[in-house]
Amino acid sequence: MDKDQAIRIVVASGKGGTGKTTVATSLALSLAAQENVWFLDCDVEAPNGHLFLNPKIEAERKAVVLIPRIDMEKCILCGRCVEVCQYHALAEIGKSILVFPQLCHGCGSCTWNCSSKAIKEIRNPIGVLEAGLAKKGINFAHGVLTISEPMATPIIRQLKKWHKPEDGSVMILDAPPGASCSVVETLHGANFALLVTEPTPFGLHDLKQVIGILGDMKIPAGVIINRDGIGDNQVDEFLSQTEFPILMRIPYSTQIAGAIAAGNTLLDVSPEYIMEFQTLFQKIKNIIAENEPC
Amino acid sequence: MILIISSQQADINSPVDNRFGRAQWFIKIDSDTKKWEALTNPGVNQRGGAGVAAAQIAANNKAEVVISGDFGPNASGALNAAGIRMMTFDQGISTVQDALDHFTQGKLTAFG
Repeated sequence: MDKDQAIRIVVASGKGGTGKTTVATSLALSLAAQENVWFLDCDVEAPNGHLFLNPKIEAERKAVVLIPRIDMEKCILCGRCVEVCQYHALAEIGKSILVFPQLCHGCGSCTWNCSSKAIKEIRNPIGVLEAGLAKKGINFAHGVLTISEPMATPIIRQLKKWHKPEDGSVMILDAPPGASCSVVETLHGANFALLVTEPTPFGLHDLKQVIGILGDMKIPAGVIINRDGIGDNQVDEFLSQTEFPILMRIPYSTQIAGAIAAGNTLLDVSPEYIMEFQTLFQKIKNIIAENEPC
Repeated sequence: MILIISSQQADINSPVDNRFGRAQWFIKIDSDTKKWEALTNPGVNQRGGAGVAAAQIAANNKAEVVISGDFGPNASGALNAAGIRMMTFDQGISTVQDALDHFTQGKLTAFG
């Protein structure tokens, strides 16, 4: 990694509700005194990082997908656009071409392949991007997908392009739950994935799915076990058979849960975690350095 | 008249498939000649847009009626635009042949 480039750490989990945002915001706040910290909430279907980082939104931008509009005067009904659309966002019905905006990924294949130049691309808004300075000078941004819009990936892609970290900074990306396209999109370009799980069969099952993605994407990773003490020891047993280190354990605590539910951060209730997260960051930097191609 | 019925297997006596876009097979029937053929559904394993793709198959095959368990918003939008009637399975229907018989007896419910 180029020394000048930003370090990008993605906080992911697989299972929802394991503590991604708790970890991501705590890491950001713990590093803010010593690093130029950028924070990207990529959980665009239910962003909540702002609740803990309190950004003052100063910039706003629409997230759009470019969808085809077909000029039926020019269209010769060759059906090529329907054929090339991998997402079935187009259908040739009778003497017209129907467009299904919510299925369109905005790839442009239909426009590119149209022999009669009958397709014009128009901007279909699917959500909004917002940015501003948050607590402790953190450069915050998030995407908010409009309710009923089904596609998170384009807005995450646009968010990452819009809110690019400065050289030498540390960017923390809070990923959506799950192990699908939106998580892959968040992970693109990451230097490290910090996986937050809980020691339950559900936590383990979904952790394995994310680990599968990371293997394909060749991104180094480590694990935080949150709510340590509940469930069973299958996550520990599984991880001991892999190269993924357990970097931190956060014990199950009703005091922590209560504080977070009240809108406080983990650091508010347990300031000793500031040091822990700073140490965690050092470990992450070491793992990134070890994984650098020589 | 051409009918398309969603089916779990490639046979007129196989169980119906309650899903339209994700149906394993479509049985295409000509109600005048009683001839039928099984059409594969490429949409069965697609990530998205299976309903539209299935509606396109119905339109390409010049179906006038499609019969299934239910129709999603994209599929029904495309079928409506194509002027293809949608009917849903009633209780007591287990096979594609049953569905066809119920339809010819006028016992099926129109979708929507």
